[in-house]
Amino acid sequence: MKIIVLAKHAADPESEIHLKDEKTLDERGLVFDINDWDRYAIEEAIRIKENLGGEVVVVGVGKSDDTLRKCLAMGADRAIKIPIDAGMDPFVTASAIKEVVEAEGFDLIIAGLMSQDYNNALVGTLLAGMLNVPYATAVTSLKVENGKIRVTRELEGGYQEEAVLSTPCLITVQSGINEPRYVSIMGIKRARSKELKEVSVSAPEGVYEVEKMYYPPVKKAEMITGSPDEIADKIIQILKERGLL
Amino acid sequence: MRVFAVAEIRLGELDPVSVELLNLANSVKGDGKSEAVVIGKDVGSFAEELAKYADVVWKIEDDSLENYNPELYADVLLQLFEKEKPDLILFPNSSRGAELAPLVASKLNAPIATDVVGVDVKDGIKVSRYIFQGKLMVDIMLKKAECYVLTVRQGVFKEGEETNGEIVDAGIKPKVTPRREFVGIIEPEVGEVDISQADIIVSVGRGIEDASNIELAEELAKLLGGVVAGSRPVIDNGWLPKDRQVGISGKTVKPKLYLALGISGAFQHVMGMKDSELIIAINKDPEAPIFGVAHYGVVGDLFEIVPVLIEKLQKIKG
Ligand SMILES: Cc1cc2nc3c(=O)[nH]c(=O)nc-3n(C[C@H](O)[C@H](O)[C@H](O)COP(=O)(O)OP(=O)(O)OC[C@H]3O[C@@H](n4cnc5c(N)ncnc54)[C@H](O)[C@@H]3O)c2cc1C
Repeated sequence: MKIIVLAKHAADPESEIHLKDEKTLDERGLVFDINDWDRYAIEEAIRIKENLGGEVVVVGVGKSDDTLRKCLAMGADRAIKIPIDAGMDPFVTASAIKEVVEAEGFDLIIAGLMSQDYNNALVGTLLAGMLNVPYATAVTSLKVENGKIRVTRELEGGYQEEAVLSTPCLITVQSGINEPRYVSIMGIKRARSKELKEVSVSAPEGVYEVEKMYYPPVKKAEMITGSPDEIADKIIQILKERGLL
Repeated sequence: MRVFAVAEIRLGELDPVSVELLNLANSVKGDGKSEAVVIGKDVGSFAEELAKYADVVWKIEDDSLENYNPELYADVLLQLFEKEKPDLILFPNSSRGAELAPLVASKLNAPIATDVVGVDVKDGIKVSRYIFQGKLMVDIMLKKAECYVLTVRQGVFKEGEETNGEIVDAGIKPKVTPRREFVGIIEPEVGEVDISQADIIVSVGRGIEDASNIELAEELAKLLGGVVAGSRPVIDNGWLPKDRQVGISGKTVKPKLYLALGISGAFQHVMGMKDSELIIAINKDPEAPIFGVAHYGVVGDLFEIVPVLIEKLQKIKG
């Protein structure tokens, strides 16, 4: 089975998010790593390969060397980097990937449900539409059965939907589908000899124009300050006033 | 503008987000129309409900449409849209809407934006959305096109006027053979503790750092007479059972007290707890979005504050 995994090198929402100006992020406080949802995607692909054989190819768009190397160290066979800057525009990213994966061929594409930075949840789904393959999103379990892919996908309120897809198809995975492995020293050593190829594609014109970035209006809460002792006293007082103690 | 809103029927009921889409449609349509689309096996009663908020309701009925299937649903929608030429199409940013909308957009060559919380139609379509899990917002101008697709966050467009629309049977049947087969719906597991019934919830997020630290929350919950729940990463990591997850894909809770420890306050979590009577949040990040829903907030390290709180409660309880 030939599996293509999409992996994004993305800023961690837990790092310091500041604006440089109205339209740009200040990159200094940002910590980049493999997009959290893509960790689950690469893990799932490697597990399928370990069970059934085949090949895992990981594809990254833009500055993605560190993330692609990480995926190689986890067990991907080779990596393809598409060196364009798609910014926040999922249409550009998906179009660029389409060119590459069409030429590669595949049985299964696994992508993360969304990226942790822009939260569009669109690259995988748009790509499925562009490639005209069946797909399922927010997948929480996946099994290969007689060349078909049986999945459960997440609905609201703890409900799940079970579905079977014919291949070639595309899946976006939800967090919790597996427990991603750590990158071992052996893995890192082995990754050095694996192929990381750069391919050029003609990036299409984007459809998003960022007009403004800003901090959301928050701070509805009344803030409790002081030493831990004072804070605990104040919380207890609030609970008492409400008859909760 | 002709604004089409694709309604959602989930588990045999019309999801209220469908009406929210129509509220948005009515507010941006100008001298155009708000038009609902409802798809399923037997959707007459849903169409009537929707007609209270739309100028037109399009009914697409077929036995094969009883269960949601993205290929079948996209096919019938595209047949309708190719004929009716909408200017703007709205989907809920639900599990299904978020799956279906991009397929429709890619076939119509329409710019799409997801999880939208604001729409401005002055000179083209401008949308507002959150990025970085709620820490920043961005306004995006979508490139000029004949048609646009948006998925809309639930709970945002709650206010609207009533209309009295007409119901039209679109007379459309699916023409494709789907390559994805619907197998069934799996119901949530039932555990020993039903957090949706609890009066007091001590809820932990990724800030709890490790399974062994859950004890701290257990101890606090015991002293307060409550139960322990958690955000998604805590459940994904296996630190708490699945039925303890609060949020859009977990449970909705409405306790008298919701104590949020080390939870950032992502939208998907907040949707499950925002109606709690009293929300107190402890988080070391002063910018954490949880402070936007909490009544009381503490900026600080939960590992410094919670043990002191436990100690004091132990004294009170003797
Ligand atoms: C389709 C979909 C469905 C989802 N459904 C759900 C759902 O049902 N429920 C849900 O919860 N999430 C859900 N999520 C995930 C959601 O988007 C967030 O990722 C998740 O809620 C974050 O959990 P968290 O706040 O615990 O972790 P994080 O976002 O990692 O936040 C941890 C917080 O802890 C704070 N912290 C760290 N250490 C300490 C300390 N020592 N003291 C105090 N504070 C500290 C940090 O400042 C941070 O704010 C869903 C996501 C998607 C895409």
